[in-house]
Amino acid sequence: MSTVLDIRNVSKTYASGVSALQPINLAIEEGEIFALLGPNGAGKTTLISIICGIVTPTAGTVVAGGYDVQRDYRGARSLIGLVPQELATDAYETVWATVSYSRGLFGRAPDAGYIEKMLRALSLWDKRDARIRTLSGGMKRRVMIAKALSHEPRILFLDEPTAGVDVELRRDMWALVRELREQGVTIILTTHYIEEAEEMADRVGVINHGRLMLVEDKHTLMKKLGQKRLKLNLHQPLDSVPAALAAWRLTLEAEGHELHYLFDTRAEHSDVPALLRALDELGIAFKDLNTEQSSLEDIFVGLVSGERERVA
Amino acid sequence: MNTPRFNYHGVWAIYQFEIARTLRTLLQSIATPVITTSLYFVVFGSAIGSRMSNIDGVPYGAFIVPGLMMLAVLTESISNSSFAIYLPKFTGTIYELLSAPVSPFEVVLAYVGAATTKSVVLGLLILATASMFVPLQILHPWWMLSFLVLTALSFCLFGFVIGIWANGWEQLQFIPMLVVTPLTFLGGTFYSISMLPPMWQKLALFNPVVYLISGFRWSFNGRADVAIEISLAFIAGFFLLCLAMVWWIFRSGYRLKA
Repeated sequence: MSTVLDIRNVSKTYASGVSALQPINLAIEEGEIFALLGPNGAGKTTLISIICGIVTPTAGTVVAGGYDVQRDYRGARSLIGLVPQELATDAYETVWATVSYSRGLFGRAPDAGYIEKMLRALSLWDKRDARIRTLSGGMKRRVMIAKALSHEPRILFLDEPTAGVDVELRRDMWALVRELREQGVTIILTTHYIEEAEEMADRVGVINHGRLMLVEDKHTLMKKLGQKRLKLNLHQPLDSVPAALAAWRLTLEAEGHELHYLFDTRAEHSDVPALLRALDELGIAFKDLNTEQSSLEDIFVGLVSGERERVA
Repeated sequence: MNTPRFNYHGVWAIYQFEIARTLRTLLQSIATPVITTSLYFVVFGSAIGSRMSNIDGVPYGAFIVPGLMMLAVLTESISNSSFAIYLPKFTGTIYELLSAPVSPFEVVLAYVGAATTKSVVLGLLILATASMFVPLQILHPWWMLSFLVLTALSFCLFGFVIGIWANGWEQLQFIPMLVVTPLTFLGGTFYSISMLPPMWQKLALFNPVVYLISGFRWSFNGRADVAIEISLAFIAGFFLLCLAMVWWIFRSGYRLKA
């Protein structure tokens, strides 16, 4: 795989003095789905806006598909499609007109066949002659995606694509993203829904306070930072963890009715059986047991709150 | 992929988009100014004009035609063009323009080109309307057309600047309503500057619109309040000034980019 988007030392301080981005370095590989994860105000939209030419960086360079986004903006922007976070549409245009407009704006010759195919894929074909203001919010969101795809971009930015979107559209969107990936489109999405990153991304970057805190393959990330928790529902409550079990990291919860064992997934096959045998020897019986895999959300909350503590 | 040096499709897309917007609001954009101007003809041309003596040997009704055309072209050029670029800023759709592979020159060419087209068509429609009320002669038709196009172009550029500068609807209306309309009315739309008392004549020469209307009127009946060369130099100078302002705006990203 080759790098399709190279972000080098990009920082942004707004005229108001607000520092939105600390120097950011990030390379996006061709064909991957990259999720930029972070709380509101973390700098996700600023970073995307810099790449797309809407915000001028204070320092640093971005190269998209071999084109510097500032010097060779024609080449760079022709490759990029953007679906911004805010719904912004021309109320009185028809769906067909606005999508055709976008294609032309990005320098492509009209192609009715392609636009038809795309509108059908986005379930917009029946609405092609409808004025945009008559559409629901979800449909407007689809129109914005259609506009971004109208010029067949190689890199697609989805800024909070599923914020305030119903379940059906969210599912359609995920399906669309996968389909685009099959066609070789590189997708960068920002979200503060962890499940979205978990569902779709190949790699995850966590951004907070304008700093890119980590970039990692999703599975590696979950493996590296993920922990599992074994919960045992005891028959008889315990007052304290027996000394014979000191070798395991155990805690008593629910007034002694539950025994929790926290372990790294890296040591997944380690000592759970040994623990269960030890419990058996001690005559501690349990009614039920289950394990929980920590999600990206737990990892994320851990990272962000860790950051907060460091700052405090 | 090699990238063309001129985004022809992009310019055409914006131009078509703007013309479509005009056609969609035909009543407001074309019919209203034509009707308003017709009312001026009825009131000033026929009703009052019939009791007025000729000015510079031209019947009053015919005398006011160039001024009324200019009045409509100036105000409509500014409002069309400022609205065209203000609207995407207001609705947020400007993101697409900023992220598209179009150069500032192409953006201005498309927006100002569409607004100018509209203003010129409007001016000619008013001329056609006027010819139904009063007998008209146009001594220098090519000069007339050149003045019309250059004025429309300059004021559309000016409107574009206002549209980018404006941070609210009130600011958008401010210059057209409080500056351009009074200057046009005082610029000799309905009278010749030579009809004013001497002191006001001198003061009137500070009004830029006087030069526009005077030159335009010259192309109709060969008579002007100020020398035609001065009128031409003035409109050309204003055009260059607006061009410089637009160039600076895009260079600095003023009110367009954070």
